[in-house]
Amino acid sequence: MLLIRGLCAEIDGKPILRGIDLEVPDGEIHAVMGPNGAGKSTLAHVLAGREGYQVTGGSARFDGTDLLALEPEARASAGVFLAFQYPVELPGVGNANFLRTALNAQRRARGEAELDAVQFLRHVRSELKRLAMADEMLKRDVNVGFSGGEKKRNEILQMAVLRPKLAILDETDSGLDIDALRIVADGVNALREPGFSALVITHYQRLLDHIVPDRVHILADGRITLSGDADLARRLEAAGYAGLAAEVA
Amino acid sequence: MSAALAALPRGFLARYEAGGGRLSGDRAARAAAARALAAGFPGPHDEAWRYTSLRPLAEHAWAEPPVATPDPAALLARFDAIDAPRIVFVNGGWREDLSRPPAHWRRPDRAGARPGTLARPEREPMVALNTLFAEDGALIELPAGVDGGTVLLLHLALGTAEAPFACHPRHRIRLGAGARLALVEASVGEGVYLHNPVTEILLGEHAVLSHARLQDEAAGGFHLATLYGTLARGAHYDGFLLALGARLSRAEAHVTLEGEGGRVHLNGGQLLAGTQHADFTSVVRHAAPACASRQTVKSVLGGMARGVFQGRIEVAREAQKTDGYQRAQALLLSPDAEVDIKPELEIFADDVKCSHGATVGALDAEQIFYLRSRGIPAAEARAMLVRGFLAEALADIAAGPARTMLEQAVELWWRRQQP
Ligand SMILES: Nc1ncnc2c1ncn2[C@@H]1O[C@H](COP(=O)(O)OP(=O)(O)OP(=O)(O)O)[C@@H](O)[C@H]1O
Ligand SMILES: [Mg+2]
Repeated sequence: MLLIRGLCAEIDGKPILRGIDLEVPDGEIHAVMGPNGAGKSTLAHVLAGREGYQVTGGSARFDGTDLLALEPEARASAGVFLAFQYPVELPGVGNANFLRTALNAQRRARGEAELDAVQFLRHVRSELKRLAMADEMLKRDVNVGFSGGEKKRNEILQMAVLRPKLAILDETDSGLDIDALRIVADGVNALREPGFSALVITHYQRLLDHIVPDRVHILADGRITLSGDADLARRLEAAGYAGLAAEVA
Repeated sequence: MSAALAALPRGFLARYEAGGGRLSGDRAARAAAARALAAGFPGPHDEAWRYTSLRPLAEHAWAEPPVATPDPAALLARFDAIDAPRIVFVNGGWREDLSRPPAHWRRPDRAGARPGTLARPEREPMVALNTLFAEDGALIELPAGVDGGTVLLLHLALGTAEAPFACHPRHRIRLGAGARLALVEASVGEGVYLHNPVTEILLGEHAVLSHARLQDEAAGGFHLATLYGTLARGAHYDGFLLALGARLSRAEAHVTLEGEGGRVHLNGGQLLAGTQHADFTSVVRHAAPACASRQTVKSVLGGMARGVFQGRIEVAREAQKTDGYQRAQALLLSPDAEVDIKPELEIFADDVKCSHGATVGALDAEQIFYLRSRGIPAAEARAMLVRGFLAEALADIAAGPARTMLEQAVELWWRRQQP
């Protein structure tokens, strides 16, 4: 499903990604861990099409198409979803209107029928309920005045409503309380089936207790330095990045 | 001062000598007005007119409004949904056939209802013109304790480029102690004309006036409105002005808080495109203790448009515990749009809380990316953010006819901008 080969990217001439090789097959959930500043968010942003990065080498293919050649909105319609590490506030833009506009824009781009207000509300309400979120969240402006945890939950609501094929979750667990963590994990696990893959960026084993990954990758200094099964995250938790590097060496 | 600015009022004065408006003020006011105009219109060296030039007025020979006017039905139609008493003026003259007047209103007349005493023709040039040429207007006077509900005050202008005309209505709103009124005012039109209203507002103790104004004048129109207000103890003036029409517009407000515990809101929005110029100028004078003034002005400027916000807060020595707040926010949609923001504080009391702030910027790239990452195309993403900015400007207006009218105007403006 997602195939990244030798991906290099710079910010203002400063190399951040230095040859990422990563494959996430259909139906699998992979975790990406790594020290602060390693380039995890940069990888997520480059995949989602954020401006400000120069891709200087390598490729990223999604279901066979060249992801990097698409506009951000086309990547979304193709099924890529990024849950932001720092969700953005949109004053004056209502959450319900935002979700419906996004869903219908994607459906339009895929040649599917748009949902009317009633169909949309039915759809979004059932997802809200599943995520134990209050209907009131829909009436508020997108992320404005949301607590840190509410913002993260709102990202997961968007994911649930938009039903992507590939979800990239950038530290969605940080700032969540224990119950919210479980809810978010359940939200991801609910989508776990053929046709859905996820790249879960996290610093903590805690999340991976709930979303057990098929593979764990360690990203350090712009490269994937180590990959393994779910147990790798546990070893990392015990030894730390430096300790693990010593263990492996 | 340029020749055009100096000569401009002379044309008006010549017409005045041939006979002024029906309501021309008392002898002293007339004399003051004539003197002010004889000195010419203010130029850029006049601090109050630094960012807004009256020079474009000189491009037209302003005549009296035509006696016979075309049918204003099309202009009126957009207010059909507002179910409230209405006072309708066409080209500055009251139209009985189109009005459904409220109780407690009358037209000013020479004998009983001269223009009030708040206006200062000697200071404000457009007020000087109004003083000489005022023909008609609305006087709304609510006795103490009366709730006047909602009243719609409409100004329709039907001009042509061939025969530009000027009208100078003079209005007065006076609320007795504890009286309440929601005044919804709109100015719309077609063609080329100058609409130069002066409004005096007198609020008795604990009176409450909410005053929503829509300025959606014709693209070739000029709108130069001056408002004077005075608030007694505990009175509340809640003003909102949305300016999106006219080639050149200025809304000037001078409000004095005379009694303890008064509150004034002078909020506004500007939506400008092309070569439009809109100016929002205010002077709020805190003359009594424990009063609050609030001002938030939001501007969306596209094309080569220019928005101006000048806000002055004056706090007298006795006005302790003053709470004054001013904020200007401008969204520039094009590199050629411009905004001038000039806040001024003049404080003579020592125990006050006064602040002002301004933010000017383009649409936020991070916000655009967030929307696009959800599948929303770039153009639609930008549109959503602009509308969000506008929605915020209207967010504090209570749901009701005023809010609906303003939201519809924003919607209409937005559709006009789409290619
Ligand atoms: N706009 C920018 N300008 C300059 N450097 C940047 C910019 N954005 C990111 N960087 C740098 O790129 C490197 C990678 O940042 P990135 O945000 O991808 O790290 P991360 O792995 O997500 O870290 P964290 O775990 O703290 O979220 C960092 O050294 C960071 O300082
Ligand atoms: Mg990061």
